[in-house]
Amino acid sequence: MAMPQTDLSLVETAGAAPQMAVRVRGVSKTYGSVEALRNLSLDFPRGQLTSLLGPSGCGKTTLLKIIAGLLEPTAGEVEVNGHPVTGPGPDRAFVFQDFALLPWATVLRNVAFGLELRGVARSEREAIAEKYIAKVGLSGFEKSYPHELSGGMRQRVGLARALAVDAEVLLMDEPFSAVDEQTRRKFQEDLLELVAQERKTFIFVTHSIEEAVYVSDQIAILLPRPSRVSEIIRPEGLRTKDVANIRRDSEYLDIVDRIWASLRSYVE
Amino acid sequence: MKIFGVRLPGMSSLILWGLLWELVGRTGFSFFLPPLSEVIATLYEIIGTAAFQKALFETAYAFLAGVFFAVVIGIPVGILMGKSRLIDELLLPWVNIFLSAPLTALVPVLMVLFGFGMKAIVITTTLFAIWIIILNARAGVQGINRSLVEMARSFGARPWDAFTKVYFWAALPEILGGVRIGVIRAVKGVIIGQLLISIVGFGALFELYSANFLMAHFWAVLIVLFALAFTLAEFLAWLERKVAYYAAAR
Repeated sequence: MAMPQTDLSLVETAGAAPQMAVRVRGVSKTYGSVEALRNLSLDFPRGQLTSLLGPSGCGKTTLLKIIAGLLEPTAGEVEVNGHPVTGPGPDRAFVFQDFALLPWATVLRNVAFGLELRGVARSEREAIAEKYIAKVGLSGFEKSYPHELSGGMRQRVGLARALAVDAEVLLMDEPFSAVDEQTRRKFQEDLLELVAQERKTFIFVTHSIEEAVYVSDQIAILLPRPSRVSEIIRPEGLRTKDVANIRRDSEYLDIVDRIWASLRSYVE
Repeated sequence: MKIFGVRLPGMSSLILWGLLWELVGRTGFSFFLPPLSEVIATLYEIIGTAAFQKALFETAYAFLAGVFFAVVIGIPVGILMGKSRLIDELLLPWVNIFLSAPLTALVPVLMVLFGFGMKAIVITTTLFAIWIIILNARAGVQGINRSLVEMARSFGARPWDAFTKVYFWAALPEILGGVRIGVIRAVKGVIIGQLLISIVGFGALFELYSANFLMAHFWAVLIVLFALAFTLAEFLAWLERKVAYYAAAR
């Protein structure tokens, strides 16, 4: 808790408004008598990856779903590119923890499904889908069904579906938590490459400290009951280093230690 | 199953039971149980007769019409109950009561309401089949993975698209399971209807043969009926298995 709320407001004023793709303003969310989020404000810089990190029950997924427009905040508002969020919209795409693929549809149709719902003609949407299937490394699996793929490959389908609709903001809800450790590491490396290439704004929910430090431009640490942003960390030095060496970099290890020190008292 | 290393095809045990039937029949144990060979010979004899084919047609017609209405009304009602809290609260008690009620006791009421003809038989068949179809469609819709629903919403699906492209297919394994059990219950419904309401179709043949102690005839018709019902149920079970991987993926 080296940088409490006061520093957060510094970050807000320092960053010029158009550089923020998503702004969360005083958002609260209560479920009956349970307060999940209280007066939470946070900015997400354009073209960068921001992680929401915190122990389970800290409301990070709730915040992500409010940004997605899937949940309505009890108070406060969310802006995407200056426009207030009233529901799901084409400027945001969601990657689900459990993939949320249509089990009865091929990889090709799943990846094209977002475009299908938007009424894009079949030949056009399939051409776009094929491009993104290749991009996530699934060429040759277009005709496969989700149950024929491994967990890691299914999440690549989910990622390709989100990329195919070409939204400016990608919302990822613990996307790698249901895949095995090796696949997870490969995903993290690929994600860094994707952020560099795609010029999109990524909002990434995770409960893994190492994962957050490895992939993020900005880490917002959320503390529970009720949820608030306790600290914002920007591991800037790491982004210029070679991905292969990050995990033994002293800055990386220091940040991981520092986050653990502030989170450990909240873990039962 | 394997015996002495030889893999037996499914339902080989039926041969054993058939043999037992033949033996017991030949001992003249009871007039009620003629040997299987005699039953099968009788079956060949009556299967081409006009009386049998008329009965088959009447039964098939009542059965198919009854199942048709049960499916066409039951699936949408079940889906609506699964999606709307209000409709669910209104209808669920009735569905549960009728599902467990001894419907045979209702048949006299149906006779008063709808007469002694085909209409009452079709309605009886529908009433036997529809409740489980409703309940299963409802359970299927309620069991749809929440993130599939959220996925449809977050990618901007309109209600009709969400319904036809996501909800229906996601609930299909349960819907088919309900239809299979409903069809089995419809067989009961159609025979009870034919026995109690008006003596037509297979019901009439049962009545005729048993009243005249034509046991070989009686068993022959019963075998045909069992075989038809079983084949239908197996076909639907096969269809269900074809979409079973949905369920695993949810």
